[in-house]
Amino acid sequence: MNQPTSEVQGIRRIIAASSVGTLIEWYDFYIFGSLAPVIASQFFPKTNPTAALLSTLATFAAGFIVRPFGALVFGRLGDLVGRKYTFLLTLIIMGSATFAIGLVPGYETIGFGAPIIVLILRLLQGLALGGEYGGAATYVAEHSPPNRRGFFTSWIQTTATLGLFLSLGIILITRHSLDEDRVKSIAKFNDWGWRIPFLVSIFLVIISVYIRLKMKESPLYAKLKSEGKTSVNPLKESFTHRANLKMVLLALFAATMGQGVVWYTGQFYAQSFIETICKIDFDQSRTMLLWAILFSTPFFVFFGNWSDKVGRKWIMMAGMFLAIVTYRPLFGKLLSISDEKSKVEIAGKAEINTSIKPIAHTENSLRTVSTKHLFEGGMTLIETKTDTLYSAEGRTTAKPDIKLSKQLSQSDYWMMVGIIFIMIIYVTMVYGPIAAFLVEMFPTKIRYTSMSLPYHIGNGIFGGLTPFIALLLTTIYTGDKLVGLYYPIIVAGVCLLVGLLYLRSKIDPDVND
Amino acid sequence: MNTLKRFAGVLWIVAGPLAIYYLIKTAASEINKKPVLDTKIQWGVFVIVFTPIAIGIMIFGYYAIKGEYDHLPESSSEITD
Repeated sequence: MNQPTSEVQGIRRIIAASSVGTLIEWYDFYIFGSLAPVIASQFFPKTNPTAALLSTLATFAAGFIVRPFGALVFGRLGDLVGRKYTFLLTLIIMGSATFAIGLVPGYETIGFGAPIIVLILRLLQGLALGGEYGGAATYVAEHSPPNRRGFFTSWIQTTATLGLFLSLGIILITRHSLDEDRVKSIAKFNDWGWRIPFLVSIFLVIISVYIRLKMKESPLYAKLKSEGKTSVNPLKESFTHRANLKMVLLALFAATMGQGVVWYTGQFYAQSFIETICKIDFDQSRTMLLWAILFSTPFFVFFGNWSDKVGRKWIMMAGMFLAIVTYRPLFGKLLSISDEKSKVEIAGKAEINTSIKPIAHTENSLRTVSTKHLFEGGMTLIETKTDTLYSAEGRTTAKPDIKLSKQLSQSDYWMMVGIIFIMIIYVTMVYGPIAAFLVEMFPTKIRYTSMSLPYHIGNGIFGGLTPFIALLLTTIYTGDKLVGLYYPIIVAGVCLLVGLLYLRSKIDPDVND
Repeated sequence: MNTLKRFAGVLWIVAGPLAIYYLIKTAASEINKKPVLDTKIQWGVFVIVFTPIAIGIMIFGYYAIKGEYDHLPESSSEITD
């Protein structure tokens, strides 16, 4: 079916306007997570238990509790007053909260006020994100022709990954451009430069709000409204009417639950694994993810487009299946690539640097011994051992702090990029077609509410908790470094089983009802 | 296929309480092992967010047994009753 050029241009404008706003919201949400250690040192000092408690709340509450709550609040609003104004509101809330985080004085300046304000702003971010996605996906889908719905909505699906790309990119650029000396630049970034990515957000949001203000209401929703057929109580209709509740549950257990864990394993747990388990240094671990994202992002559109031809179900199920059977070998390969024991150290080339600094208000000193090992093939390993030299005779540090940081050779680096790329391809398979899939499950008058909740439970709770639960499992079962993968494998396995049994592959030709 | 869908419903109904039991048991054991506030909050959040989901899968199983998924709706008129 060929569409008139003006219609295609119109849809392109709609996709661009919706996607830019959603991308910025993801960017805003991710910079907080990406800068968590710096933010913690500025607002949530570990030496103060109450501030540390607020830090834990900011991490858990914003990502996992407030997001589904935002889906309910803004989903309801979107079904009551319209898609356009609702996702305009979520964008303004997100942008203002992000900008404000960049302005909050640190804990040392205003004390407890700082972590409390940051916690509130982070909660607002979670709330806004919960409302954004359903609105953007619904808005684009309701403008799309039936035979291109997967293709057009897949552009919205690229925004989460591109938001992460943008946040990592801006952080890396800022981190290295504050001073000509790399070490000084990083120190300035940790001191005040971290605020720049937050403050930059306001410009992006202003542009996006301007674009969104020019958009029209979804034609399907506008038609319903003009006919007086909008829902009076979308929450009640979505979750108390059995016929609809059963579809909400099906969407969660047969699709979004598995999609969420595959997404978060491929993009977030992989990064955390590379940094905390493989001990790859900060810059390399982030640039690896940037390359992998860059190469894999077009596949969101590829799979979204393909789903218009073969249906949504089998692509998503194939993505989950591949993830289940290959996660352990892929993560195992990441471990073996970075394992220094499998490499030969170049004898006599180790460089040792020792520094001793007095600790203020005591007679003790802090000793830092940094040893740089060089390996054949080009890998370097920096071992930094920190302990206290006590003035009291005979007293020594019981357990010195030891940090490892590895820099891989070029070939190993690109091999890791390749492995992360494969894992993000799985993400594109499960995530590319899912907006069209969810939109087709629910009727127009309660669509925003009904699709937002399973999406944010699947992604916010099942997906968002993946790095924490996986890491937690490695601390409980210490014998197996890959034990954390059982969480995404089991969740995706259950979801695959439910999806295979209960979903159908048919594309809904009519979402106008 | 519909018979299989209904039989599998039993599996989902059983999975709910099992998940809740395992979750609470692990939470209690981990909190006992390290009774600091962080551990309590962390496991408290897990129990609070996953328990309603486990109840959700039981409802899903119940619907499956009842044959609610034998036929998926073809149009919105079948969903909004």
